[in-house]
Amino acid sequence: MNWITNYVRPKLGTLLNRRETPDNLWVKCDECSQMVFHRELAEAQHVCPYCSHHMGIIPEERFGRLFDKGEFETIAQPETATDPLQFRDEKKYTDRLKDARKKTSRDDAVLIGKGKISGVMTVAAASDFNFMAGSMGMAVGNAFLKAAETAVEAKAPLIIFSAAGGARMQEGILSLMQMPRTTIAVQMVREAGLPYISVFTHPTTGGVTASYAMLGDVQISEPDALICFAGPRVIEQTIREKLPEGFQRAEYLLEHGMLDMVVDRRKMAGEIGKVLRMLMRLPAETAALPDPNGETLSGIVEDKSPASAKSDKT
Amino acid sequence: MLQYLDFEKSVAELEGKAEELRVLAKDDPDMDIGAEVSQLEEKAQKQLSELYGKLTPWRRCQVARHPNRPHALQVIESLIEDFTPLAGDRGFAEDEAVVGGLGRFRERPVVVLGQEKGADTNERLRRNFGMARPEGYRKAIRLMELADRFNLPVLTFVDTPGAYPGKGAEERGQAEAIARSTEKCLELKVPVIASIIGEGGSGGAIALATANRVLMLENSVYSVISPEGCASILWKNADKAQDAAAALRLTAQDLLSLNVVDAVVAEPVGGAHRDKGQTIQSLGDAIEKALAGYDGMDGGKIRLERREKFLAMGRQKLD
Repeated sequence: MNWITNYVRPKLGTLLNRRETPDNLWVKCDECSQMVFHRELAEAQHVCPYCSHHMGIIPEERFGRLFDKGEFETIAQPETATDPLQFRDEKKYTDRLKDARKKTSRDDAVLIGKGKISGVMTVAAASDFNFMAGSMGMAVGNAFLKAAETAVEAKAPLIIFSAAGGARMQEGILSLMQMPRTTIAVQMVREAGLPYISVFTHPTTGGVTASYAMLGDVQISEPDALICFAGPRVIEQTIREKLPEGFQRAEYLLEHGMLDMVVDRRKMAGEIGKVLRMLMRLPAETAALPDPNGETLSGIVEDKSPASAKSDKT
Repeated sequence: MLQYLDFEKSVAELEGKAEELRVLAKDDPDMDIGAEVSQLEEKAQKQLSELYGKLTPWRRCQVARHPNRPHALQVIESLIEDFTPLAGDRGFAEDEAVVGGLGRFRERPVVVLGQEKGADTNERLRRNFGMARPEGYRKAIRLMELADRFNLPVLTFVDTPGAYPGKGAEERGQAEAIARSTEKCLELKVPVIASIIGEGGSGGAIALATANRVLMLENSVYSVISPEGCASILWKNADKAQDAAAALRLTAQDLLSLNVVDAVVAEPVGGAHRDKGQTIQSLGDAIEKALAGYDGMDGGKIRLERREKFLAMGRQKLD
């Protein structure tokens, strides 16, 4: 037996899988079409290092970079009745739920984390757009209520990162009822004298925009996120004309007075931390103002490297 | 003139024949048509009660959108004395899709809010078919604040296909206006009684329907999305609206069993538009009964009760 006869024919599967390998390791940016190495992308919090396009990010990864040292406690959520209407379209709602659970390894769309941001104990909740488009049903309503209750108990601020296609139609009127319910969640935090920061990510639409998301003490969006009540397609059908470039995008909403700021994801933790420390009447983590007699104003130097977000930490 | 829906064709024929006979008899005083006319009318009535006895959810949507159905202003004019409309959001414009003002409901001063679709083409255009823009919700917020300050109950009459999906509406913060209006409903220390009188269209409706008591006319519908919209998204086919209407559970009876509405007000056989006066009076009685439950109740308790009611919608028993 020599190395020639010992040759093992490659299986069909390995030939097919070989084609997929680059897909897993390299991600193509939708915006600039550059291929980005997956580790580099994760390091940049799924923001394209070439064009700063913000891609989707799952709540776990977001929290890993939001909380100090990536440390946070996951808050358990109340169990919620499923499929109250026994809804089915082409597919049963329970099957859609099953698929979404398998795809995302979570029970529903929201993750709640509690930890320190710039040293401030904070409760954060984030929607996973991969779970039925982050849509708001009873479980999502319960999650935000739980997040608000946890914040009130811990006397901690609340931050909600929204990403949703709107209300979850498969729960019918009960999904609509989550609009007042999540509004109550916001009221609870406000009544306790605690800050609530609403962060919009791409996309935030429909009943989600028209409830808790628009009720923030401070409203921040990631760049270029679509934020709307009625989607652009519905509007184009109604008014029968093309909408202008950038319509309903974060920068457009900022211009129209609906947001306080648009912040790059890589600078989000620092920006939120700074605002929270002021709203909670805590001293600054570091000296905020440069010495007017100083030679260099290091804070003004623009840092173009993607890892600049880290410089906000001390 | 009364308009017939597609499924009322047999009734239309019978009533048409009776009408024809009456016209004939007018020209010929010797003709005795009494028996025949009453027979035809009886038959039509029987048909009507059969049809309306088993209305499918889609047909209820059709009845809820019937052009002759009593609209908010008609209800307000019949139930509210000294109705004094108040206008404008004090920021941008007066939105005529939302009517509101002061008035007396069975002697008690109240603040009234309603979504008005309009009675004829001109009025429909002026009122944007009952689809409010942010200014409409901001006017509602202003009037609710007024009610709270002067301790007046708030009565709302909901009838809208939804909030207006337009360019300007989005630019001026449609989502924010709806969110603030819902929030304002939840803050009030006076009772809020909402009546869904036609279409309760999604966010555009909840902004005025986050109430202590939600009443619903028998053939009204209330849904997170229109059946057409739902069908085109989930079925990818707008023609499946009938299936979507059934799946969404949007009828008054469904919503009562889901504890989303507190009472269903009966309509006459053949729908509210066949006897507007009777429908509106029954609604008035239901509102009076609902309001009476809050007489002497502390404002904080009224607010808390409303909050608890909505908090419960998601904490159903697990099975």
